[in-house]
Amino acid sequence: MSRSLKKGPFVDFKLYRKVQKQDAAGTKEPIKTWARACTIVPEFVGHTFLVHNGKLHMKVFVTEDMVGHKLGEFAPTRIFRGHGGKGKR
Amino acid sequence: MPRLLGVDIPNDKPTVVSLTYLYGVGPKVARELCHKGGVDPRRHARELADDELGRLAALLERDYVVEGPLRRQVQQNVHRLRDIKCYRGLRHRVGLPVRGQRTRTNARTRKGPKKTVAGKKGVKDLR
Repeated sequence: MSRSLKKGPFVDFKLYRKVQKQDAAGTKEPIKTWARACTIVPEFVGHTFLVHNGKLHMKVFVTEDMVGHKLGEFAPTRIFRGHGGKGKR
Repeated sequence: MPRLLGVDIPNDKPTVVSLTYLYGVGPKVARELCHKGGVDPRRHARELADDELGRLAALLERDYVVEGPLRRQVQQNVHRLRDIKCYRGLRHRVGLPVRGQRTRTNARTRKGPKKTVAGKKGVKDLR
């Protein structure tokens, strides 16, 4: 089920504030964040985030197409290294 | 057999049913079409007059996205997901279920026919 419209999109407030601060200062430093559940809003476009994947922070450069998705969608939490193979019997 | 929108030739079934042979037209849209086009939904498609067919075609073209354009639209949506390398896009790339279904078993629609792996649990029982 999708989120109630009444609430609006979930945006991590602290993260949003940091983005605004950067916009005011005109800098575009990568922002380290654990807020994977945060929706990408149009204000984020052009910024770079370091999104935590449970182990390390993945670099995510936000483009216009990504608006409406969550930050976590761009930092995979699992790495598939393949099945079987030599020396693995 | 009547032709609608070029290639598609529904056959001698009731008009509502034969309209659903078009990609992007299901029972709901088919019913709407019959209603708006002033065609009896129970009459067989072969009895449709040229002007009725024309009306249906015009309606489809004006109000609905079907066949080629619809296929293209779906393709574009998938492509967008792939290009932004989000989770759903990655799943499309590797051909696994996109919406969080289990993949330990089942998921055959996305994964295709079974590929038996030697040594895996249950393989011995099959022989």
